Amino acid sequence: MSAKSFLHSVRLDKGKCVGCTGCLKRCPTEAIRIRKGRATIIDELCVDCGECIRVCQQHAKIAVTDPLSSINRFKYKIALPAPTLYGQFKKLDDISGISRGLMRMGFNDVFDVSRGADIASRAIMEKLKSPTCPRPLISSACPSVIRLIQVRFPELLDNIVDVRSPMEIAATMARKEFCEKHGVRPEEVGCFFITPCASKATAIRRPLGHEKSSVDGAISIIEIYGLLSSQLRRGQMGLPEKEQDPSHVGTALGIGWARSGGESLAIEEDEALAVDGIENVSKVLEEIENDRLPDLKYFEGLACEGGCVGGPIVFENVYIARNRIRKLVVGLPKERISESVALDEVTGLGEDVFFDRPIEPIAAMKLDDDFSEALKKMDRIEEVRKMLPGLDCGSCGSPTCQALAEDIVRGYAKELDCLLLLKQRVSEMAKQMVEISELTRE
Amino acid sequence: MSILKEEFPVEAMDFVTAGEASAQIKRLLKKLGVDAGVIRRLSIACYEAEINLVIHSDGGKLVLEVDSNEVTLISEDVGPGIPDIDLAMTEGYSTASEDVRMMGFGAGMGLANMARNADRFDISSKVGEGTTIKMYFSL
Repeated sequence: MSAKSFLHSVRLDKGKCVGCTGCLKRCPTEAIRIRKGRATIIDELCVDCGECIRVCQQHAKIAVTDPLSSINRFKYKIALPAPTLYGQFKKLDDISGISRGLMRMGFNDVFDVSRGADIASRAIMEKLKSPTCPRPLISSACPSVIRLIQVRFPELLDNIVDVRSPMEIAATMARKEFCEKHGVRPEEVGCFFITPCASKATAIRRPLGHEKSSVDGAISIIEIYGLLSSQLRRGQMGLPEKEQDPSHVGTALGIGWARSGGESLAIEEDEALAVDGIENVSKVLEEIENDRLPDLKYFEGLACEGGCVGGPIVFENVYIARNRIRKLVVGLPKERISESVALDEVTGLGEDVFFDRPIEPIAAMKLDDDFSEALKKMDRIEEVRKMLPGLDCGSCGSPTCQALAEDIVRGYAKELDCLLLLKQRVSEMAKQMVEISELTRE
Repeated sequence: MSILKEEFPVEAMDFVTAGEASAQIKRLLKKLGVDAGVIRRLSIACYEAEINLVIHSDGGKLVLEVDSNEVTLISEDVGPGIPDIDLAMTEGYSTASEDVRMMGFGAGMGLANMARNADRFDISSKVGEGTTIKMYFSL
């Protein structure tokens, strides 16, 4: 699939879908329709939040990520675990156990994404100091939230902080350090994100705010969970001493990014607001749009409830995982980002920390490119909507009566897709048949 | 030329539905493909107008009119009216009750904010009858 047509990583397993309305009603951007007895996803509207993956009883919604075997495309492989990974395992006295486990699975090195989060935190703190920066600045960490803004809140795109995500920064640093240490060429090194969500997989293929991703693939936490747990059970045995170093781990605050509110804490900004869950994020973005929060300086919005620990393709329950991250962080040295991360570390990475292009709006809501044509369609939608029963039952395959009215006017559905209108029509026809038969009785 | 006109009733002191009319209006304008900058200004003005209807009037409506050149937003209410419009337009001047202020509204920025965000702004009011505000946004 070409990069241009790759808009989302959440897909449908057609064989498993029974055409129920479970996902239809839950999709926050109304991107799902049931057509011919199967769910379909409107590419431009899907923001990869994964709500449909969570809600589907048939497990027909899947996240397309890379298989573990894909790391073999590269001579040298680096794993970039999202800090969320540490919340997945029961007994986790130190993070180095995970690094060792990943190296036994075939990676040559492990570079913790919390180190990228440390750098991102420092870079964001600098951005906040500028008197001309937009208020509130909006976090760029969650690709689903960025895409929600592209689709539904395009006027807030300029508020997104132009600092790349911890994942991207970590990959840049990891590759650079590995090449310097081992004297190899950058193209021989593959960086693989161990991801809690589908959204990140899409962000690697279609980076937001920069041309090329430094990450070569995304492997889901759920895929490696089994293998990694058995490696953890084996403990430290069998690995040479030099490989037992707890390598490249970030600060407690960097690891804290896995939980909602962690980023706000790390950037040391009091006037920050952290919101998790895509519906909650939408509501607060509405408030920001209405200028209801004029004192707010930073907005951290995460699509998953609980933050990244609540990702749709992780193993552990969000609350349990979140609590483990909390305990892990409490046990680590307490140091502020402004003290532990020098500004030189940010500037040393040059342009690779920041966006190199603006994030463009996605005009998926627009009815027509021609304004007066759009006005006409809007009028027609209103007419159609008045005919519909207003039950929002979803039987027609559109999530609400309003959505069906729009689908009809856009040409994607017919009036008689509405079961109540169909029933009405059938009963009228039956009445006419009776009348005809009575009139023609001999 | 096509003209779209829609009305959104707003109830007095109904904080359950407060903000819904503005949200619907915004959604509609996004579907029409109205410029993002205009939507941003209109969102702010529209929300202020709706909250004013909720906290100051005895009920009213927002009327949205759209043609190819302009979006017009009209706020019409039945209510106490405004005795001194110039004073009411002063930033920080507010007649909102303590209860309403506790909810984070009534800071006395509403009318000034509406006027600042609209391209043109008209207000007329009769004491004891009601207030009509017209805001124009060029496309």
